[in-house]
Amino acid sequence: MTERSEGTEHKHPTVDVYLRVAAALVILTVLEVGAFYVPAFRPVLVPVLLVLSAAKFALVVMFYMHLKADNTFFTFLFGAPLLLAVGVMAALLFLFFGALTLRGAAGAG
Amino acid sequence: MTHAAATHQTSMGLDNRKMAFWAFIGSECLLFGSLISTYLVYKGRSVVGPYPHEILNIPFTSVSTFDLLMSSLMMVLALAAVQRGDMKWGKIWLFSTALLGLVFLGGQVIEFTEFVHKGLTMSTNLFGCTFFVLTGTHGAHVAIGVLWLLTLWVRALQGKLGPANAMTVEISGLYWHFVDVVWIIIFTVVYLIQ
Repeated sequence: MTERSEGTEHKHPTVDVYLRVAAALVILTVLEVGAFYVPAFRPVLVPVLLVLSAAKFALVVMFYMHLKADNTFFTFLFGAPLLLAVGVMAALLFLFFGALTLRGAAGAG
Repeated sequence: MTHAAATHQTSMGLDNRKMAFWAFIGSECLLFGSLISTYLVYKGRSVVGPYPHEILNIPFTSVSTFDLLMSSLMMVLALAAVQRGDMKWGKIWLFSTALLGLVFLGGQVIEFTEFVHKGLTMSTNLFGCTFFVLTGTHGAHVAIGVLWLLTLWVRALQGKLGPANAMTVEISGLYWHFVDVVWIIIFTVVYLIQ
């Protein structure tokens, strides 16, 4: 049976690529945990952790979930709700913490 | 359901099951987005302990994270083996993925039990409530994934899974990798950013 008849719309990465991605994921996780324990990273810990986490997220989604090579409609089906979820998260955090900050600033003024 | 119906394609030429599953994963983004938002909104608002920095065990959870990342590797290796018709390795990788999922769940049971012994339950404080709901929902997803993978493994043992059913394995893989990426976020947001 051909790839097409199985409904596969793309060519999957090779085992070699899968292993390289796994190595990158392990290295990024070690960096994350390392940054957590190194006091010098304390002032920039949150942005560093968010960037490393986003890199791991992107690697899994692009290579293991095949979005990099797959039909762009799948990227839309996943990306649109993901953006919505991030937007809702940002709005909620602003509503709770932004309002507190603004109230604090008004009180201080 | 016949095999012909199972491989039906949409007018876009895409597999209907795969398209439906991506839409489902999209809806799951919203579910976990709302749970993570709730955790963040109530973060640091507990009036009684235990607090996150007193109770979270980073080395232990780092091992669980490594375990789940490796299970994702096993899953793609299983898919690659099934696609090339190598069912011997397909069965090995599928079982390995399920086994690593079970190890992750075992770690979560140990962690939850330890927290309860230290006085953190869902009703202790806001941290306990949001933590158990978020990580518990993720754990339930892992448990469903393990059952799904074991079902595929049994079907492979019975000789009912082969290259013709590679899409079935790919879709279960999509679910498993999604569970993995959700944990990537939870590990950072809940455990590392305290």
